[in-house]
Amino acid sequence: MTDLPPILAAVLPWVLAAFALALVLNAWRLLRGPGLPDRVLALDTLYVNSLALLVVLGLWLADKSYFEVALLIGLLGFVGTVVLGKFIVRGDIVE
Amino acid sequence: MSVVLEIAVAALLVVGAGFALVGSWGLAKLGDFYKRLHGPSKATTLGVGCVLVASGLWFAWQGKPSWHELLITLFLFLTAPVSAHLLVKAALKLDPGSKPRLPGRDAS
Repeated sequence: MTDLPPILAAVLPWVLAAFALALVLNAWRLLRGPGLPDRVLALDTLYVNSLALLVVLGLWLADKSYFEVALLIGLLGFVGTVVLGKFIVRGDIVE
Repeated sequence: MSVVLEIAVAALLVVGAGFALVGSWGLAKLGDFYKRLHGPSKATTLGVGCVLVASGLWFAWQGKPSWHELLITLFLFLTAPVSAHLLVKAALKLDPGSKPRLPGRDAS
């Protein structure tokens, strides 16, 4: 790794582990969720958490190209959630 | 100054990860869709915002600031309520009987 100060080097693995555990919980709800809105909500939370995971990884590796990916995931994930929500409400996304 | 900033960044990271984990735990644990919506829409958004602010602070301190973290934070805080509102509308459309009664009206 790069020349991170010791306090950050000590904290970062735990932060990554917390986000990984959050991803596992979201995936569990995505697979199990009784209804369609539950699954869409789980997908929404999944992309937000993976975005944060990428940001933490970019901080750890001191590589800013991860933030471009995180920005893209944020934009496309929101569009996906909106489209899925519209699909549930109307049953059709092509007007 | 450097030590203070390092501690601040580490604290923001830990607090953010904790909030995100609590939000996801709430999504997995709570019993009803409308209860489950609280976790991701509030706790996870705050946690991810904390992590993004920590990253932005750290890279600005390193002398290579980037607008990406700020943009992601702004976008996330703008879109989280919109998607939560859409999902509630979708759930109400799928199951209109799940709409709770208005408070303060005992009759009817």
